[in-house]
Amino acid sequence: MENLNLFIRSIFIDNMIFAYFLGMCSFIAVSKNVKTAFGLGVAVTFMLTITLPINYLLNRYVLSTGALSWLGAEFADIDLSFLSLILFIAVIASMTQLVEMAVEKYAPALYSSLGIFLPLIAVNCAILGGSLFMQQRGFGSVWTAVCAGSGWGIGWLLAITAVAAVRERIAQYANIPGPLRGVGITFIITALMGIAFMSFLGIKI
Amino acid sequence: MAEKISNKSVLFNPFSKDNPVLVQILGICSVLAVTVKLEPAIVMGLSVIAVLAFSNVIISLIRTTIPTNIRIIVQLVVVAGLVVMVSQFLEAYAYAVSKQLSVFISLIITNCILMGRLEAFAMANRPWPSFLDGVGNGIGYSIILVIVAFFRELLGSGTLLGYQVVPDAAYEAGYVNNGLMILPPMALIVVACIIWVHRSFNKDLQDK
Repeated sequence: MENLNLFIRSIFIDNMIFAYFLGMCSFIAVSKNVKTAFGLGVAVTFMLTITLPINYLLNRYVLSTGALSWLGAEFADIDLSFLSLILFIAVIASMTQLVEMAVEKYAPALYSSLGIFLPLIAVNCAILGGSLFMQQRGFGSVWTAVCAGSGWGIGWLLAITAVAAVRERIAQYANIPGPLRGVGITFIITALMGIAFMSFLGIKI
Repeated sequence: MAEKISNKSVLFNPFSKDNPVLVQILGICSVLAVTVKLEPAIVMGLSVIAVLAFSNVIISLIRTTIPTNIRIIVQLVVVAGLVVMVSQFLEAYAYAVSKQLSVFISLIITNCILMGRLEAFAMANRPWPSFLDGVGNGIGYSIILVIVAFFRELLGSGTLLGYQVVPDAAYEAGYVNNGLMILPPMALIVVACIIWVHRSFNKDLQDK
């Protein structure tokens, strides 16, 4: 039950885009049309769902204070948490490489439309941010990590798809002042949606 | 990089014409998240300048020996090492600020400016221009950070660097701080306004 709550919280209240602004770069650049945006969103969700439990296990059994006690009593007070950044990013980068190869093989159309942004998932702040939040908040179990990861991923997917849909329409029908076209208006759309998402803050679950 | 670019333009272009935030749209996440107050924004800017300059130099030094297949991992490891150093340094000497910045110092690793510059510049250029490119882009990024933080702190809390600038008389006359400026969405609007102003002066950057 608690995990279900966390899952829903992660989608709406702790939304990666609207509450923390993580993963903005690819968010702004890839949200030009709904199809690509959805593809990237699925890739990010997938990555978050996989890397969060892996990094949770790393944190639980290798990195945090006393985590190495399963090796023997003399390892009980070793604290390796300063290594966590490097290990987390290595896990994320290698998982990205795997996903990239899989997408290239099974969905070449998506692969070519995502272009440079597929390898850049490795440096999508949302994914590393997820792992760091996991460490900061001290999640209790692997399931918690899976629920939070997939929730954050789906929240990201939701956000990018919604904004891409608005952008598609706006590009067709609206007469935007020249300097705001493209990037500028996207920022404003995102801000307005962020304000709308803040209404979820009042919900207690 | 086919054509030869002078060191001077490498250093100064990112300030405005090729600004990493406004034009290349890199590193937005941290611009939005750390700009509630001016002080963390300045610290963040300095950290990014340091990490960017040195990672550019290191990658540029070893650019011919990195196998292309694993270059992203190599770059990330170099950057991660530097970021760990910066974050340990801040925890030791500026604990309060590093608490405020929380995960965002660590997130310099995934700051797209770093990967973007490493891929686009340091992999193809000699160490000295790479260093200048790193410093230039870092400063271009910090300028935006400081502008956004200036407006958000001034309008949102009526202070600058923690000192009150809006006089008490104004509050007595009914002036109220705009609480909305502290909330995250307003950062997006401030950046959008900066883009608006910037692009109306640089017509060639406009879409269509």
